[in-house]
Amino acid sequence: MKKLIIEPLRKTNPVTVLVLGICSCLAVTAQLKPALVMGLSVTVVTALSNFIISLLRKGIPNRIRIIVQLVVVATLVILIDQFLKAFAYDVSKQLSVYVGLIITNCIIMGRLEAFALSHGPGESFLDGLGNGLGYSLILVIVAFFRELFGSGTLLGYQIIPQSFYEAGYQNNGLMILPPMALIVVGVIIWIQRTRNPEMQENNQN
Amino acid sequence: MFNNLRRFVDKIKPNFVEGGKFAWLQSTFEAFETFAFTPNRVTKRGSHVRDAIDLKRAMIMVVIALVPAMLFGMWNIGYQTSLHATDWPYELGTTASFLYCFWFGLLRMLPMLAVSYIVGLGIEFTFAQIRHHEVNEGFLVTGFIIPMIVPVTTPLWQLALAVAFAVIIGKEVFGGTGMNFLNPALVARAFLFFAYPTRMSGDNVWIAADLWGTDAITSATPLAELAAGMHPSASALDMLIGTIPGSTCETSVIAVALGATLLLFTGIASWRVMLSVVLGGGLMGLLFNAIGANEYMQVPFYYHYLMGGFMFGAVFMATDPVTAAQTNTGKWIYGLLIGIFAVMLRVINPAYPEGMMLSILLMNCFAPLIDHCVVARNIKMRQHRALKLSKTVKS
Repeated sequence: MKKLIIEPLRKTNPVTVLVLGICSCLAVTAQLKPALVMGLSVTVVTALSNFIISLLRKGIPNRIRIIVQLVVVATLVILIDQFLKAFAYDVSKQLSVYVGLIITNCIIMGRLEAFALSHGPGESFLDGLGNGLGYSLILVIVAFFRELFGSGTLLGYQIIPQSFYEAGYQNNGLMILPPMALIVVGVIIWIQRTRNPEMQENNQN
Repeated sequence: MFNNLRRFVDKIKPNFVEGGKFAWLQSTFEAFETFAFTPNRVTKRGSHVRDAIDLKRAMIMVVIALVPAMLFGMWNIGYQTSLHATDWPYELGTTASFLYCFWFGLLRMLPMLAVSYIVGLGIEFTFAQIRHHEVNEGFLVTGFIIPMIVPVTTPLWQLALAVAFAVIIGKEVFGGTGMNFLNPALVARAFLFFAYPTRMSGDNVWIAADLWGTDAITSATPLAELAAGMHPSASALDMLIGTIPGSTCETSVIAVALGATLLLFTGIASWRVMLSVVLGGGLMGLLFNAIGANEYMQVPFYYHYLMGGFMFGAVFMATDPVTAAQTNTGKWIYGLLIGIFAVMLRVINPAYPEGMMLSILLMNCFAPLIDHCVVARNIKMRQHRALKLSKTVKS
């Protein structure tokens, strides 16, 4: 059980190892707050959809399983979207279409196909939770660096003191641009693989 | 003196080879030894020699070719400041003023060069030690070029950050010199351009106001003037000589041409790339002349050669042997497209006043693809020919 939650944070991380869910990683990580909300939303959707599909797995005809999965995921995503609009309107505005686009997030479909269809509801729920958290973890790390160096703030609070700016410090505009998210993710992958040599593919053949 | 040095190096060498006291510093030792002396090892098997010249000597030749542009740039930094500064100590046109201009520029350039080399080489040595590689030579040129292509008012900490970014993200993550697909010097400039736009473009970044500060005097480059819809105020002759505001050392076409002559004479840079970049830029310039919809399009096509870093890019950046296309046909395609895109970016996209940097980086990305297509086409053609030949032989 512990393995189901801990492993996706590290060795089977959906973003850095499977390289899924990159688009939203570029889009919502310019600031920490939307990244946190996005990570939370995806975690909820992945966990619940995994749970529901796992319950239904015996009754779903194999040939239309994708449609059934989509219906479940779409329902959950719309619920989340409405929930955010009602209770966190500002963040919902910032995230704009990306909440709706959780439907197309590869991690969710991937876990449904690879795990929920062949495991019990309890396990599937934990697996969804773990993968959602693994995704959130990377999102938060990326957003932390991008907001800190791009805007000098964290969660909207000024972190880099005003005296730095007076001494000639400037915010790094590249951090705000989406390519930098890709580079930060790349650096995370680099560090992760350097620390775990067994994760490196053999390129000799 | 060299004999003494040789003897000294030989004496301390056992400490640095495997099993010696300082074996962990092997890469560092090796780097300094081959910097001073041509290595006496020869390739024993599976040689892939393209030229008899060692990579370090080739790189030194490029640095020598850069020196005229560097010297002119130093003088121009002072000269541009003297035109606008109110407290210039010497009367313009006198020898004293000439020397002071040069001195002023020298004092501005030296810290930038020092920062570039200390940061860049520091990172390179660290990586080489960690990976137990030899220290690569590429940074000799990269470190020299980076201070030459940034505005003189760039703060040193930003320069250091850009150099670190270029060496780590542009080069080391891919495995060091020879494995990078982007020109590291341009990566550094692109980093500054996107990270600190207010320091990299606009009117008041090109001329230093005083010796040590980062304050600047407002003065637009010809490219900025054109982007704003005006005809450049500098004459073609001024731009040819290079007495215009711009990045530190890339304004003078004549100084760049001197360097180009040396590179072509020694065969270090590819004439195909240089020529095709120039042709591509000219073609696009002529095309825009024919359209002539606005002031920028009506600019005589040869102005594009004189303004900004076009020539500097064509001679020193596009020809980078690592990131350029490798096949001869590929070089033509690569160069032509660089020229075309550079002028196109300048004229059509007002957000980017200088297109040379972006177009070279773009084509760097495509160079492997171009090579692949050229090689594949060649194989197909030969196959075709062989098949035809075998048919005629049979019949």
